[in-house]
Amino acid sequence: MKIEILGTGCAKCKLLAERTEEAARNLGAAFTLVKVTEYPDIVARGVMTTPGLVVDGVVKSQGHVPTVAAIEGLLR
Amino acid sequence: MTGDSKGCACAAPAPLPGPGFWKSGGWLLAALPAWFLLYFALKPLADWLAFRAFGLPQGSRLGEAVAFFAYDGPKVLMLLGLVVLGVSYVQTFISPERTRDLLAKRTGAWGNLLAALLGIATPFCSCSAVPLFIGFVRVGVPLGATFSFLVSAPMVNEVALFLLLSLFGWRIALLYTVTGVAIAFLSGWTIGKLRMERHLESWVMDIPFEASVGAEAPAGFAARLELALQATKDIVRKVWLYVLAGIAVGAFLHGYVPAELLARFMGKSSWWSVPLAVLIGVPLYASAAGIIPIVQVLLAKGAALGTALAFMMAVAGLSLPETVILRKVLRPVLLATFLGVVTLGIVLVGYLFNILM
Repeated sequence: MKIEILGTGCAKCKLLAERTEEAARNLGAAFTLVKVTEYPDIVARGVMTTPGLVVDGVVKSQGHVPTVAAIEGLLR
Repeated sequence: MTGDSKGCACAAPAPLPGPGFWKSGGWLLAALPAWFLLYFALKPLADWLAFRAFGLPQGSRLGEAVAFFAYDGPKVLMLLGLVVLGVSYVQTFISPERTRDLLAKRTGAWGNLLAALLGIATPFCSCSAVPLFIGFVRVGVPLGATFSFLVSAPMVNEVALFLLLSLFGWRIALLYTVTGVAIAFLSGWTIGKLRMERHLESWVMDIPFEASVGAEAPAGFAARLELALQATKDIVRKVWLYVLAGIAVGAFLHGYVPAELLARFMGKSSWWSVPLAVLIGVPLYASAAGIIPIVQVLLAKGAALGTALAFMMAVAGLSLPETVILRKVLRPVLLATFLGVVTLGIVLVGYLFNILM
């Protein structure tokens, strides 16, 4: 599972990265987590509001930070 | 559903299961009556605290100040929480993607007006200004309409409106909204007329781009309420200290700063007070929540309404960090035009109210 966190380093982006990592660990599957911080890369993924969560190339959430439980659902 | 090549991959997830509804819905049902009870008990509670518990004499400066703060502080915070919750719930229906699609290819003045109005309701954070800007422009939202949105979104937002409403009453809240939208409309319209598309940084139109359809629109009352509650927590956590600080300043300086001092600098008589207030306000970076309680003090101390409103618009609508961020997509000429047109609009509004009121 390839997880990408889109955001330029705001507080919400860091929070999303932390929660996503926790959610992914809870699920126990192998994953890589990458932070995408450059605007062109963020825009290329079609995201307009950060922070964004992309899993295996599919945008799962943007503009807000879901709870750990909700992220687990998005990762499944 | 434009550009949807992944089939059902983008469909909204199933609504949260039952327990979520009862957890958040039940919580709300219990909290609402408690909210109203507390709200209407605030005044006697504050008086009791100031005059009985602290034993301050009624009518004394300190006693009245403490009573004022003990009443106004919780009152404003409680209103803030309730109103932001309501607005955040409504906002779960309005995604930036939906706003973008409404505005796409809508040329002419109506596009600008619609963009300025949608800017009030669409959730917006200036940290997303660049991806949002590119997302708008690339799907065909006219440059002018994009700017109308970018001006109105931070300047006329829900927190600002609510605070104006509760602290200054509906007349000033309405005045601020109408003039804020007017400035956003006119600035965007002007930029559109100037045909400045070639002053965008080249990468804006060149990079690969995919128009998302909005990743998730959580369906169902419980899921929306969860989102709204979280947004409310975020906003209140961010602004409560500023609001309280502003009210504290208001409560304590009320009797101690001579009104003539401020009236001289920010009153109607001095023609330069409006541009000066705007020039001070533009580089300042603060949310509307932080600035409104200060504006309240300025007004109470004899500042002219137009000057105070212009100051607030300048602080909320334009800021140095946002300018730096926008420089990534705008060439200097366009950036300067944007700053110049909006600043000019705010100054004119300031003068207008000083003349009219």
